[in-house]
Amino acid sequence: MDLEFTEDENRFRNEVRTFLKQKLPSSISKKVRCGIELDREDYLRWGAILNARGWLATTWPKEYGGPGWTAVERHIFTEECAVNAAPRMPAFGLTMLGPTIIKFGSETQKQEILPRILDGTDWWCQGFSEPGAGSDLASLKTRAVRDGDHYVVNGQKTWTTLGQHANRIFCLVRTATEGKPQGGISFILVDLDTPGVDMRPIRLIDGSCEVNEVFFTDARVPAENLVGEENQGWSIAKYLLTHERTNIAGVGFSMLDLERYRNLAATTWRDGRRIADHPVFAARVAEIETDLEALRITNLRMLADARDGAATGVGSSLLKLKGTQVRQALQDLYRSALGPHAAPVADELSENELALPVEAARAAPVYFQHRKLSIFGGSNEIQRNIVAKELLWE
Amino acid sequence: MDFRLSEDHQLLSNSLRRFLADNYDIEARNTRAFEAPYHMKEIWSGLAELGVLGAFVSEERGGFGGSAPDVAVIFEELGRSLCTEPVLGTLMGLRLLAAFGREQEVRSLIAGETRTALAVYEPNSACDISFMEAVARQDGDAWRLSGRKSAVYGAPGAGPILVAAKTDAGIGLFLIEKPDLIAAAMTDGGGVADIVLEDVVAECISTDAGAELEDALDLGRIALCAEAVGGMTMLLEMTVDYLKQRKQFGQSLATFQALQHRVVDMQLELEQCRSIVIAAVAGHGGADQSRTASMAKNLIGRAGLAIAEEAIQLHGGIGMTWELPAAHYAKRLVMIDHQLGDRNDHALRLMAIDKQQAEFRARHQ
Repeated sequence: MDLEFTEDENRFRNEVRTFLKQKLPSSISKKVRCGIELDREDYLRWGAILNARGWLATTWPKEYGGPGWTAVERHIFTEECAVNAAPRMPAFGLTMLGPTIIKFGSETQKQEILPRILDGTDWWCQGFSEPGAGSDLASLKTRAVRDGDHYVVNGQKTWTTLGQHANRIFCLVRTATEGKPQGGISFILVDLDTPGVDMRPIRLIDGSCEVNEVFFTDARVPAENLVGEENQGWSIAKYLLTHERTNIAGVGFSMLDLERYRNLAATTWRDGRRIADHPVFAARVAEIETDLEALRITNLRMLADARDGAATGVGSSLLKLKGTQVRQALQDLYRSALGPHAAPVADELSENELALPVEAARAAPVYFQHRKLSIFGGSNEIQRNIVAKELLWE
Repeated sequence: MDFRLSEDHQLLSNSLRRFLADNYDIEARNTRAFEAPYHMKEIWSGLAELGVLGAFVSEERGGFGGSAPDVAVIFEELGRSLCTEPVLGTLMGLRLLAAFGREQEVRSLIAGETRTALAVYEPNSACDISFMEAVARQDGDAWRLSGRKSAVYGAPGAGPILVAAKTDAGIGLFLIEKPDLIAAAMTDGGGVADIVLEDVVAECISTDAGAELEDALDLGRIALCAEAVGGMTMLLEMTVDYLKQRKQFGQSLATFQALQHRVVDMQLELEQCRSIVIAAVAGHGGADQSRTASMAKNLIGRAGLAIAEEAIQLHGGIGMTWELPAAHYAKRLVMIDHQLGDRNDHALRLMAIDKQQAEFRARHQ
């Protein structure tokens, strides 16, 4: 048994650290630490810095402009980015569509799409969920009917994250209604400026507008925008979603959140003592840090399995379950540690003249935002179904 | 980074599993673990012959192992077979005797000729050895001990027994050949005793053994946590099998989502427990030893209780019966939390460590 990384892996970690120290703009990492929404320019700026280093598309093979990393190197990179408060680059083009095009796309599609993801020309968003198709994705109803060289698309997509910044969307659409619902789904790419495509923001519980709904009314999409075969969309989507799972445990995020709590607890007073000395808080944090330490090791165990080609199908579901529980517990801990001071909201750093750390001003909205963790990417109940199937039906 | 067992450990684990499967029968156990002397001589000799006892001591001290991974591998197997043999007391005793160079006692313990036990806790203590009331006083060349020791695991039939008591120098460690015991069976099987000391003559091993004691106790905690992981693994398997077999409303229980999700949560906690034992094993002997051992004992306490209660519930009425092995596994998992400090004690220990770190932070900000 050996918990240590190899010498090469440690050297790589140092390389990543140095890179982040030198290249990560402090204006951006400050926003990440404070839970302030990044704007389009922030993402593009950081994306360009990563791309210049060849570290943007972390899951792509070298021939397509990825770094060609092993699973362990990818883990080290994501963990370092998280603990150093680098932005998590939107996954839609980089980790979801990119590998899907590499696997299922035509040569023309590869040449047209991949470079534009890397250089930031295209911002992709995802059109999977619908008002009537959430966890039960196969019940989706958005229709695409072939008409000459085009598909005519009608329907509605929702929960389109960061769609307001995007110029293109990849969609699952229904191209057949007979047989099993999974069998009549196709995967198609749509330019958002196509006539008949309309995007509207959804205001969320924390007041932000991170997600959108997208309406399709007789939108004519060129037939060559189909990825793979007609009605092959379900297996393409399943492949794509396995890439949604990278860094699913979010250990680095939790480590950053724990540090944020500890800084607050060591320097903030309540009823004559530091919060760090408050017995109830101290007991809660002791158990959360224990769960996090166990999760860190569980994550490494699954990573070693992946490296050795011994990964089980349920590993990522287990990591998602515990990872989201820990992250949500830390959000709750931080918000409650602020006591009465969690109530006022300051949306801009410059407006924060409260006598508290600047991160504190957005603690409550950020807590509410984090309730999404156990809902999206396959709700935690869906994850339990997946594990149960393996555990009880094999 | 490699989480597989080494070849030697795989061998040790396989041979111990085979020995216990062939010789340690759960029905015999469910009788004899509750009757004096709460142990089976033939099993003990078998463990000694397999080298299980020698694996608790380093080669330079007369054994052939002595590392935390050795201990974890062995206790996970003991946990899988729900073995109530008094290995814990002998483990901790052996560590202390080896640390103080008591070659003769070490040799006889490793050979399985004698057993020992560690008398450290008292009626008014549970985890923190600094709250000790038993005292040792020097009487010419001899030492005399007074006080009451409790929760002495594996004491019935053991001797000499190691006893901790306060001295002017700190916490001393003493040997008593055959002290008078108030012995009892534990709820989950195996023997335990109180020892009432009224000016009892004892041999002094060290007048200041606090650090060595803490070390032996932390290793005992890792052992208990590994044992729990072995027991949880079996209990989960049994629960899964039961849900597949048992039919109600014309279908197997495994088809009910309300039950499925609960088994998944048990599996998730088991993986977390496995991981925290790895952390504690890796932390043993380093600067983080008490932190990682306490994390393990805290998590195992919480998860052990949850898994035990869920297993009983998912078995329904049959889970309440003495006849069902799963019930005994569940009982063991709950009661492990009562040994060498429970989840509350270890949360406190973690809090104290966190507090030191917070003070350090405050000074440097």
